[in-house]
Amino acid sequence: MPTDTLPNPGTSPERSTGELIRLEQVTKRFGDNTVLDHLDFSVDAGKHVTLIGPSGSGKTTILRLLMTLLKPDEGTITVDGQKLFPATEKERREVRKQIGMVFQQFNLFPNMSVLRNITEAPVTVLGMSKDEASERAKELLDMVGLADKCDARPAQLSGGQQQRVAIARALAMRPKVLLLDEVTSALDPELVAGVLDLLRDIARSTDITMLCVTHEMNFARDISDQVLMFDSGRVIESGAPEKIFSDPEHERTREFLSAVL
Amino acid sequence: MEWDWSAVSDFMPHFWDGLLVTLQILALGSVISFALGLVWALLMRTPSRWVRWPVGVVTEFIRNTPLLVQLFFLFYVLPEWGVQASALTTGVFAIGLHYSTYTMQVYRAGIEAVPVGQWEAATALNLPVHRTWIAVILPQAVRRVVPALGNYVIAMLKDTPMLMAITVLEMLGEAQLFARENFQFTEPLTVIGLAFIVLSYLASLFLRALERRLAH
Repeated sequence: MPTDTLPNPGTSPERSTGELIRLEQVTKRFGDNTVLDHLDFSVDAGKHVTLIGPSGSGKTTILRLLMTLLKPDEGTITVDGQKLFPATEKERREVRKQIGMVFQQFNLFPNMSVLRNITEAPVTVLGMSKDEASERAKELLDMVGLADKCDARPAQLSGGQQQRVAIARALAMRPKVLLLDEVTSALDPELVAGVLDLLRDIARSTDITMLCVTHEMNFARDISDQVLMFDSGRVIESGAPEKIFSDPEHERTREFLSAVL
Repeated sequence: MEWDWSAVSDFMPHFWDGLLVTLQILALGSVISFALGLVWALLMRTPSRWVRWPVGVVTEFIRNTPLLVQLFFLFYVLPEWGVQASALTTGVFAIGLHYSTYTMQVYRAGIEAVPVGQWEAATALNLPVHRTWIAVILPQAVRRVVPALGNYVIAMLKDTPMLMAITVLEMLGEAQLFARENFQFTEPLTVIGLAFIVLSYLASLFLRALERRLAH
C-alpha cells in the first residue's frame, strides 16, 4: 500500500504546532490505590509518544483520562489550550472532538454494519451528510485494506480486521490526537503485524499526534519520537527511543526492558 | 354426560367474538407493557433520585399487588375521580401497566448486559447521550431480552381471562355466558381451553423464529 494515497485523517488546515496535551499535577486514585501521583507531562503536536512500564503503573489510566472515561481526583488536563479538566461537560464535549481512541477490545458496535460503525459519529456529531460520510468511510476502509467489508457485521470479521475498522472509525472523526490502548493485546499473534503496519503507515503519512500504550517494543521503537517509562504513577525516565531502548539510565527501566525484550 | 357437537357449533360465533377480544387485549396490552416498561427502565437510570425513588416505589407497588385488585380499582374507583373509559380500555391499560413492571426488569437486565466498552466507544466518538441510547445501547439490549419479553406475552395471554371480572367478554367471558344460558359447560370451556393451548404454542413458535432472526 503506497503511503501517499492515504487520506489525511489528522490534518486540519490550521495545523497547531507546539504543545498539544498538557497534564499538570494530575492525581488519580482508585480507592486507596494511587495510580497517578501528581503527574506532569506534555506532548507536542504531531509527536508519537509511547508509554511503557509494568502493568498497574498508570499508562492506560492516562489514556482513559484524556478520553474522559475517567476523571482525575486532582490536577488539570489541557488539550490544544482548552481545559479538559476541570471543565463543564459541555466544554469537555468540544475538546473531546479532537481526540480519538482505539481500544484493546475494539469495541465496535455489533448491531451496525462496518460502514455505519464508521459513519455514525461523523453524521451525528460532526453533522456530515450521509453521502459524504459514506464516501470518506470507504476511503478509510480502503486505506485499512477492508474496502470489501462495508456491509459486513463486526462479528463476521477477524480480530485484526475488527481492529482495523476501529482505527478507521477513530480516524473518521479527524482527531488531532489518537490514543492507542494496547491495540494488539487481544489479537491472535499472526494478526498483530497487519495492525502494526497500518499504524506505522498512519504515523508516517499523517501529522496526527499519537499516544500509545503498548507491549510491542519493536513497534514502539519504530514509530515513537519519545518514550516515557512509567513506574508507580510517575514518569521515571523519558527520551528518544534509541536512547531508552539501548542505553536506559534508570535501573527500573533496565529491569523492565530486560523482562519484555 | 354426552359430548354435544351441536353445542360446539352453537358456541362458535361467540367463540370468534371472544377470541378477537382476547387477541386485542394481548396485542395492545403487550405494546403498552413493552413501551411503559422501557420508560420505567430508563427513568430508573436517571441520575436524579427524585425521579428514581417515586418510579421505584410505584412500580414495586404495582408488581406486588394482584392484577385482579388493580382491575377492580381502575374499573370502579377511577370513574369516581371523573376518569371514564370502557371496560375493555380499562382492562387493556391495567394489564399493560401490570406487566410493564415486569418488563422494566427485563429491560434493566438487558441494558446492564451491554458491555461497558460500548459506552466507552460511544464516549470516544463523542456521541450525544440520546444517540448512544438509540443507536448503540438499546438495539443491543432489546435483542438480548426478546425471549424474556416473549415469555411475558405468553404469561399475559393466560391472564387475559381476569378481565372477565370487569365485564369484558373475552374468550372465557363468552364461554361462561354461553354455558349459563344453555346449561352446557363442557363444550365451550373445552373449546376455549384448546384455543389457549393453540395460541400459546403459536406464540412460542413465533418467538423462537424471532430469536433465530435476531441472533447475530
